[in-house]
Amino acid sequence: MSTAFVLLGLLARGPRHGYELKREHDNRLPRARPLAFGQVYATIGRLIRDGLIDEAGQDKGAGPERMSYVLTEQGREKLAGWLAAVEEPAPHVQSTVLTKVIVALFGSDDAVAARAYLSAQRRAHVNRMRELTKERSDPQASIADVAAADYAIQHLDADVRWMQTTLDRVDALHREVARS
Amino acid sequence: MNDPVLQAEGLVRSYGKTQALRGLSVTIASGEIVAVSGPSGCGKSTLLHCLAGIIVPDSGAVRYRGQPLGEMSEKQRSRLRRTSFGVLFQFGQLVAELPAVDNVGLPLLLGGYQKRIADSKSLEWLQRLGVAEVASALPSEMSGGQAQRVALARAMVTEPEVLFADEPTGALDSLAGEQVLEVLTSHARQRNMTVVLVTHDAKVAAYADREVLLRDGAQLAAEVPA
Ligand SMILES: Nc1ncnc2c1ncn2[C@@H]1O[C@H](COP(=O)(O)OP(=O)(O)OP(=O)(O)O)[C@@H](O)[C@H]1O
Ligand SMILES: [Mg+2]
Repeated sequence: MSTAFVLLGLLARGPRHGYELKREHDNRLPRARPLAFGQVYATIGRLIRDGLIDEAGQDKGAGPERMSYVLTEQGREKLAGWLAAVEEPAPHVQSTVLTKVIVALFGSDDAVAARAYLSAQRRAHVNRMRELTKERSDPQASIADVAAADYAIQHLDADVRWMQTTLDRVDALHREVARS
Repeated sequence: MNDPVLQAEGLVRSYGKTQALRGLSVTIASGEIVAVSGPSGCGKSTLLHCLAGIIVPDSGAVRYRGQPLGEMSEKQRSRLRRTSFGVLFQFGQLVAELPAVDNVGLPLLLGGYQKRIADSKSLEWLQRLGVAEVASALPSEMSGGQAQRVALARAMVTEPEVLFADEPTGALDSLAGEQVLEVLTSHARQRNMTVVLVTHDAKVAAYADREVLLRDGAQLAAEVPA
């Protein structure tokens, strides 16, 4: 699930408390459903268990809300792997793609990683569109096959157009994300 | 890769202060269908015109089957364009005074074919591309999408070795565009015709074997193999 990666991405900028992670998650990801605290601490628990984050120290007082967390080396690698991995080109992946772009931008000093990811994702989408176009051009294909292939092609195309536009404005997007 | 038909190396081309191509290299193999895509103004048409020998780059070279276009005489180049290349320009270029059938037959007449044969080949292509009904219409009497298909018929009628098509479906709705692309690519694949297909539309690029993606006059990503 991408929530875990978003938390890793937030921790890439430095240690955070659980409540800070929740607040930043809710504020930074456009139109994200707000995380429940229970979900934040459950995710933190799993990330600690998997060695991806560590407890960084306790403020005065007790309770989990006083604890801050840091990314481990392993967590940093896991995050980088996720950010670089292309999503399987299927209709409606755009929200995951958008999340990746935002996380790639706020953990970084420049837009290089976001640009590389978007280009790779665009390429994967166009490759998939090429396969589907071949399927629908097959003389054996029924009209229903063609209509089904078209459905996927047109949705992938919408994502590709969004990726192209976002590539064209990724530097401006980075400036905005890095500022906030 | 098969034998390269076209090799462009280090193409630079400016219009005044605008650098349309900045050191672009690309190799196109025999029988390949290559899409050239990228945002508006990135240099797609300029690249196509350089590859087809219509304009000369400021520096860099285009080779056709190993022979640099820049070392041919204008006469040799224009023969090459007439016999081996077919070009569909982004913005029409039909002869305004001629009906569709004569527009399409024109390159055949110039190549020495008899009028009767030119007419029948012309009609055949108008039919394939779904515009037989405008055969006797003048360009001013056609819709934009019909004129575009007539212009494509004219580029295809000589069965060129290399077809250069600049936004061949730009004026068509998606169903008509699809029919034209099916006809074009299936014909090219049967005849081992090489096609350079300029488009800013990923759906059109998906008909090609691979995509050359431009941005600001240079190649953006590695070429995408099928
Ligand atoms: N004849 C010309 N005179 C001056 N500038 C030109 C000329 N032709 C092209 N340009 C400029 O060169 C650049 C590349 O133009 P080109 O026509 O190759 O782009 P394109 O990728 O084909 O764009 P489009 O998708 O809009 O057709 C643009 O900035 C354009 O303004
Ligand atoms: Mg153009």
